[in-house]
Amino acid sequence: MSTTVSERTSSASNPFQPPQSARGIRRQFSNGCLIVLATLFALFAVVVLISLLFYVILNGIRYLNLDFFTKLPTPNGEPGGGMGPAIQGTLILVGLASLFGIPLGIFTAIYLSEFGRGRLANAIRSLVDLLTGVPTIIFGLFAWVIIVVPQQTFSGFAGGVALGIIMIPIVARTTEDVLLLVPREQREASLALGATEARTTLRVVIPAALSGIVTGIVLAMARVAGETAPLLMTAFGTTFRNSSIFEPMDALTLRVYNFTLSPYQLQLNQAYAGALVLILLILITSFTVRWFTGGFKRKF
Amino acid sequence: MQQVSVSEERGVIGRSLDWVTTRFGRKPTDLVFRGVTLLLVFIVIATVIGVAIVLVVYSWPTITTFGLSFLTNQAFDPVHNIYGVAPAIFGTLYTSLFAMIFAIPIGLLAAIFVVDFCPRPLRIPLAFFTDLLAAIPSVIIGLFGFLLLAPWLQQTGEPWLQQHFGFLPFFQGPIQGVGMLAAGMVLTIMVLPLIIAVSREVMLTVPISQREAMLALGATRWEAIRYAVLPFSRVGILGGIILALGRALGETMAVTMVIGNQASKPSLSLFQTGYTLSSVIANQFGEATPGIFLSAVIEAGLIVFIITLITNILARVLISSMQRRGARGVRV
Repeated sequence: MSTTVSERTSSASNPFQPPQSARGIRRQFSNGCLIVLATLFALFAVVVLISLLFYVILNGIRYLNLDFFTKLPTPNGEPGGGMGPAIQGTLILVGLASLFGIPLGIFTAIYLSEFGRGRLANAIRSLVDLLTGVPTIIFGLFAWVIIVVPQQTFSGFAGGVALGIIMIPIVARTTEDVLLLVPREQREASLALGATEARTTLRVVIPAALSGIVTGIVLAMARVAGETAPLLMTAFGTTFRNSSIFEPMDALTLRVYNFTLSPYQLQLNQAYAGALVLILLILITSFTVRWFTGGFKRKF
Repeated sequence: MQQVSVSEERGVIGRSLDWVTTRFGRKPTDLVFRGVTLLLVFIVIATVIGVAIVLVVYSWPTITTFGLSFLTNQAFDPVHNIYGVAPAIFGTLYTSLFAMIFAIPIGLLAAIFVVDFCPRPLRIPLAFFTDLLAAIPSVIIGLFGFLLLAPWLQQTGEPWLQQHFGFLPFFQGPIQGVGMLAAGMVLTIMVLPLIIAVSREVMLTVPISQREAMLALGATRWEAIRYAVLPFSRVGILGGIILALGRALGETMAVTMVIGNQASKPSLSLFQTGYTLSSVIANQFGEATPGIFLSAVIEAGLIVFIITLITNILARVLISSMQRRGARGVRV
């Protein structure tokens, strides 16, 4: 029964189907090949991501406990210990970076979207765009040369400065994009009511774009929390608890880096756990940001 | 807030504020606000220019001592006070080239899948997944490379390649796991999401009518992409590729962790260890003593800075030329 049906459909002469020439078959064949290849490669990207996630999660989850978040690292792979100073350090470093990066980024965006016209604005916009493409180790090198070398000590402060510079273009670009989305009529209405430019920007435009600005800030903070290279030569890392920003400071990424290259299995385990914390941080921020901005429904 | 209309009743301060308003054409609060904004923007510009100046000034001792021979000297040798980055430049270019050779076709076809063939409900999760891959910190990719990829290459991957393709110059030499191959693979993973994202955004700017016209003429879906979509988005895709190249050339952590950081006898072998310009900085700054050594490390940074600046400017010019043609903005 089923064979006859399929035979009938395949042999039935479809008036819209051109007769299959050798060329037609070749075209269909290459079309099929490309579809298969494209599917496979897209799958490849997804598989790489998923295997990366699972590799870190499966290896790290066993070593993630309360001690991990509070205790100091143990020397030479003795059992126990955690990444307390590293987690504290990452929080302080991101806080410091936000102190520099957020105001500079937001005001650059305000300039570009509200005041900036002509060549100068375009030049600044290009400069900000270029800043995102510079390898982050360059900013680490910069902070190293102007802060660490003269002071002759690695410091959390230098790390904060390097991360702050990295934050500027991320905050500036996302903020500018959302400020430009605020309708021109809102600004004009405010100005027509006699509000000053400053009041219009601070009380009308920014509140309208606030959720987008916060999104940009959160993404920038998550991004610099995952930075390693610029911290190598500035915050440097330490295995001691330290709250002074003018001394070497540990960071989660630095500790993961050091423990990954460690010969001790126990430190490797901690590296996995640290990597897991970093990945969770990225996953949580990405998902919440998408959730709040309705990004799951955008375009297409 | 001051009121502009009733100036007679407002005293000295009010009148002087009004004078400012008429003199400069703006209200005083606006002048202050603009002033603060401009000041902060100026700080940003000064920082960027400051980075460039600092790099040049501090690498000046090596620039004047070695000149162009810095680019061709083989050793980074503090003992004999000879510095050169030829192996680092080779390592940087070789690993990046490897990554581009694999990431371009994979990324482009994956982007075509996302834009054209992908079942509708899968599109957004897929785009989200690839963007997520781009957000993973490089130290984690490095951990993955060092603890999983490199041991696998040492035990399985590289022996297999040597056994079956050992006649090629790429697969000769001692097997170590870490090295150019591992670094190239790690870089491929890192630039792939960027190529997918840019190609996807650029291909979405192609008017749907172009595609439909091709399909209506009886073209297969691949032919519609080949003759309607790709020619339209070619320039933008090229921009994305160059952007990815810049990323690969400057990547530090993941590469430092898997490339071995040891110069080998120069060869085309993918199994050899080596280092890149960025990994030189990451490895040498700790020992760098003030003077010519420090200056050499910073000049390595300067070279990375200049290379990535050039690739980025080129990429952005190409992508923005797309933007002028495209229906909506592509900002990457």
